[in-house]
This record gives sequence, C-alpha cells and structure tokens, in this order.
Amino acid sequence: MKFKNAIIFLVIIAVVAMAGFTALNGLQIGETTIRPIKEAVNQGLDLKGGVYVVYEAETDATSDELNQIISQTIEVFRRRVDAMGLTEPLVIKEGDNRIRVELPGVENAQEALDMIGRTAQLQFITIDGDVVLTGSNVKKADVTFVQGEANPVVSLEFDSEGTKSFADATAEYIGQPIFIVLDEEIISSPNVKNVIANGQGHISGDFTVESASQLAALIRGGALPVNLKEVQTSTITATLGVNALERSITAATIGFLLVLLFMLVYYRIPGFVANIALTIYILLVLGILVALNATLTLPGIAALILSVGMAVDANVIIFERLKEELRAGKTVRSAIESGFKRATRAILDSNITTLIAGVVLYQFGTGPIRGFAITLIIGILVSMFTAIIITKFLLKLIVGMDFTKNSKLFGA
Amino acid sequence: MKIIENKTKWFSISAIIIVLGLVLAIINGMNFGIDFTGGSLMEIELHQQIEVAEIREIINQYDTNANISLLGPDRTIVQIRTINDFDSQVRAEIFNQFKEKYDLPENEPLRAEQFGPAIGKEIQNRAFLSMIISAIGMLIYITFRFELRFGLAAIAALLHDILVVVAVYSIFRIPVNSPFVAAMLTILGYSINDTIVVFDRIRENLKTMKKSNFAQVANDSITQTITRSINTSLTTLVTIVALYILGVEQIREFALPLIAGVLSGTYSSIFIAAPVWVMLKEKQNRKFVYKPNHE
Repeated sequence: MKFKNAIIFLVIIAVVAMAGFTALNGLQIGETTIRPIKEAVNQGLDLKGGVYVVYEAETDATSDELNQIISQTIEVFRRRVDAMGLTEPLVIKEGDNRIRVELPGVENAQEALDMIGRTAQLQFITIDGDVVLTGSNVKKADVTFVQGEANPVVSLEFDSEGTKSFADATAEYIGQPIFIVLDEEIISSPNVKNVIANGQGHISGDFTVESASQLAALIRGGALPVNLKEVQTSTITATLGVNALERSITAATIGFLLVLLFMLVYYRIPGFVANIALTIYILLVLGILVALNATLTLPGIAALILSVGMAVDANVIIFERLKEELRAGKTVRSAIESGFKRATRAILDSNITTLIAGVVLYQFGTGPIRGFAITLIIGILVSMFTAIIITKFLLKLIVGMDFTKNSKLFGA
Repeated sequence: MKIIENKTKWFSISAIIIVLGLVLAIINGMNFGIDFTGGSLMEIELHQQIEVAEIREIINQYDTNANISLLGPDRTIVQIRTINDFDSQVRAEIFNQFKEKYDLPENEPLRAEQFGPAIGKEIQNRAFLSMIISAIGMLIYITFRFELRFGLAAIAALLHDILVVVAVYSIFRIPVNSPFVAAMLTILGYSINDTIVVFDRIRENLKTMKKSNFAQVANDSITQTITRSINTSLTTLVTIVALYILGVEQIREFALPLIAGVLSGTYSSIFIAAPVWVMLKEKQNRKFVYKPNHE
C-alpha cells in the first residue's frame, strides 16, 4: 500500500513535470510536434499587434433587410481578408449594424484598412452615362501583361449577361471611350476599337503588379452593398505587442514561482501538494484555451491572474480548515476528511458567485469583456476541479504512504 | 478581534479615500481615454527627442487643441491625443508628415486608435449594464444560499471596492480606457469571492450561536478566516505586483488599479461586509422586538 502510493505519486509528479516542460518548450516525437503554449495560444491584438476596425453601415434599413445587408458585407469582407493571406483574421457582426474586422499580425495596417473598407463598386459607363455592366457581372479578374501596355493590367471575364451587354455597348459606341469607374473615380477610359463579343476585357492604367493584383482581388471579392463608416479603429505595431507579451510572461512566471514558494514554506506537505495541483491547474486552463481556439488578450490575462488567485484561495481555504481540525486534536486522516468537507461549501459558494458574474459578462459583454469572461469561466471551473478533486486525491495518497505522523508537516 | 465595535473607524478610512478621489475628480476631472470620450490617438516612434512645440506645428494643421506628450524610456515616442475623429486617411497624412520631416524608417505609427463618439458611450453603457445584472444575479444566489442580508452586505462591499478603485484612478490620474473596464470586472469577481468565504464562516457559526450576539459571531468568524484572507490576497498580489514592476506602460496602468482592488477587496470583506451585515441583522432584530408592541 505504502509502496504503491509512493509509485503513483512519483508517476504523477513525473507526468506533471513532463507536461510542464512541453508547455514551456514544446516537444517533438517522431513526426508529431507539440508547440509550446506561448506559440499555440491565439494572442489578441493588444498582445500581438495588428489592426482592428469597426464599421457601421450607413443605411436606414432595419430588421431582415439590414441583416441581409450586413451578412452580404461580411461575406465580401471575408473574401477580401482571405485574399490578404493572414492567419486568424476575424470578421464578426457587432450589434445590429456594425461589423468588427480584426487582422492580427498585419504588416501594413494602413494598406490593409484601405483594402478592406473600399466599397469597390466597379462600373463600366458609356459617354452618355449609361451603366453597361458592374462588378457583379465579372466572373474572373486577374493580373496579366498585354502587348502595347508597359504596366500590368487587370484582365476581366464577364458572365453571359455581362458579355451580351458589353458586346452591345462596344457595337454602339465604337470609336468612343468607355469609362471604367471604381468608387466613382475613373481609373481607365479606353477607346472602343472594335466589337468585343467574347466577354473579355481588361482595365489598364497606372498599375504596379501589386496594385493591379489588389484591384483584381477587390473585384473578385465583389462590391460592398452599403456605405460604411469607420467608427472605431486601432492599430498596434507588432514590436509594441511583442514587448507587452514577453514581459507579461516573465512577470507571470516570476509571480507564479513566488506563489509556489510561499505555499511550500507556509503549508509544507499540503503546500507541496497544492503546488502540484496548481501546476496542473495552469496547464489545464492554458490547454483548454488552446483547444477552444480562444484568444488571449490583456483582459484575458487579468482573468487568468484572478482565477489563479482563486485557485490558490481554494487550497488556502482547505489547508486553513485542515489546520483547525488538526489543532482540535484529530488525526491527519480524519482531519483531511472533515477539513475538505467543510471547506468545499465555502469554495463552491464563492466560486459559483463569481461564476454567475462571469456568465452574465459573457452574455452581455462585447469584445474584450467576453474575452475576460470566457477565461474567467474556464479558470473557475478548472480551479474547483483541481482544488477539490486533485488536491484531495494527492493528500490522501501522501497520507497513505504513511511516512510521517507529524501533524506539524501538515501545517498544524 | 474587535472588528465590529470599531466599525466607525473602518468606515471613515474608506470614506476618506473615496471622498478624496471624488474631490480630485471634480477639481481635475478624470483622465478619460479616447475609448471613453471618442477621438483619436497616435503614437509615433521618432528615434530622437523633439520639442513638443515643434511637434505642435505639424499637429496644429489638424487640431490646435490636440494633447501632445512624449513617452517611452528615452521620451522619443510622441503621443497625440485629440477628441476629433481622425479617420485612417488623416492619420496616414499626419504620419507621413512626421516620416518626411524626421526621416523615419517605419511605415506606420506604433499605435493608432480612433473611436467614434458614440462607441465610448456604448462601451460604458454595456459594461455598466452587465455589471448591474451580475450584481443582481449574485444577490439572488447569495439570498438563496445564505440570506438576503448577506447578499446586501456583499453588494455594499462590492460597491465600496469599486468606489475605492475609481478613487485610485482619480488620485493617480490613471487613464480611464478599455483596461479600466477589465479592472472593474476583476475587482467585481475578487471582491465577492473574498466576502463569501467570511460569510460562509458566519453562516456556519450562526448554527452554534447561543444568544443573538451577531457582533460576536462576526468577530469570531473574521478571526477564524483572517489568515486565509491575508494569505489569499498576498498570493494574488505577488503576481500583480510582478506585472506592475516588469510590465510595459499599458500593463502597468492596468496592474495598479488591480493592486488597489485586491487590497480594497480584502479590506472590505473584513471591515465593511461583516459590519454592514451585523448592522442589517441588528436592525432586523429590533423590528422583531418592537413589532408586537405596535400591534
């Protein structure tokens, strides 16, 4: 029994140490690579740098009509953002008539904003002001070079409707210009030389390869169905973000180690047990955040600190009870039983109360408040589990090893 | 410990801090960030120290009332704050002027933010609303598990902590911006958590109580839980203080109110929540005594 308990205990320590090492440094076994948590967890814009913008639709539409407009706009945004090839971009509806776009790690925030917020209403207009076709008639848009043009051009392929009206228009306006207009700005005004019936055309102008491919991407993505106003933007360069994260991690690590030291010195054997439980706690919370693909932000770190505080608190409550029971003359074994029983109620009530706050904040909050709430909720649930289940299990394991009856080592 | 007997002393200490904060807030105003007032903020790394007057020349073309300050360890970062709504076009223009004049290698500012005037109000309202609803939810739970008076006393302690932290923001002129909301939320969680554990002990001791001496029960319960209260706030503080010492400016602005919140939360669970509960309890008891006389 003693021997078996000692083995189980050592195995648990080994597993936790291994998991802790993996979390810090990552692990590679054969083909499988486990990334360190620092890299695996999504970092919010305030930590990583990047840009976010909240647009408001300028429209009088309401209910279904408004929903329709917003979801179309989100679709267009998604296509544009995807064309930028960023990882973890976020395009979500906020409130009724707003859309939040988050682009973590974007290199040139200004350019990205320009690209996303453009209405991109493409029109082909005759000299009489008739609209021949629009961006929605374009099936394909690409960058190519054509003979006689020094700069790259954007080649277009129209759908059947577009092909027909373009053929009609080129027949009617031969020798005259057709204006290619993007967001009410004429970007090209070629003269019609002959009838174009094959549904192909191109936009030439003062393009570089980059600007031409941007325009092609905009046309492919489609025009925005509504005018949008930037109501909130924030750009943080990666350098500012990286500093914030690196230094926060150092601080959190130092803080956590000091807490472990305090627990060990103050509570001795139970303190050591609590330290194992707390390490498991941190690993679980970070692991769940990674698994849920949650984003860690500054408020998230605050929630993490708060929940670590609560996890430590749960252990402190238990050990203080344990001490009282020991002082009342109980044996270590029965003191653990009754101490846990009485402490559990206090832990449940205090954690559930905070949990209520977390759930409400998640329900009613937006953006950063939600990030705070989700981290807090996970933290509280895991903290109750580690304090009540794991700490108790480990303590009983140690008592079962029977190597000391000295209740002083249990904090009395 | 004679906590309850000295309640006037404890209440006065809190009142002094809160009133000081309020008075300073009225005289100086709170240091509201643009996410609360609406407006724009830019931070540009200039790689050299430039006179504010020189920077103002550029900014005056856009807004003569803009707030200019120098940040960073070598004060080489210029921060421009204005209540005007600079869209990305204007921000790019301003940045390019700096880029040309000081020959900057970067292509964009370190940080640029813009909040429409309505957004700040909305963030505040939503945060405020969710805090109120949380408080109601917690009150219901505590009433259900304990009793209404425990719930009211816990909310009183929570209100106390929030006021103290707002006072700290006002006294130290900490910018009130998005992290402010997160700090408030953290304090909300911590304050209640800390109070409930003291109340749990009171609830337990009430069962074995002989006479209806609520002050005695509260004093005993506080004595029994004070080690826990101190140890818990110490361990929580350690991490936040580490963040404050090692963190970047933004993190420090966030850690300071949290330190105040944890200290206040611990203080209020002992010196505010329990005495308020005793007051409510004694008032209730008096009612029970007098009632038969009236009828």
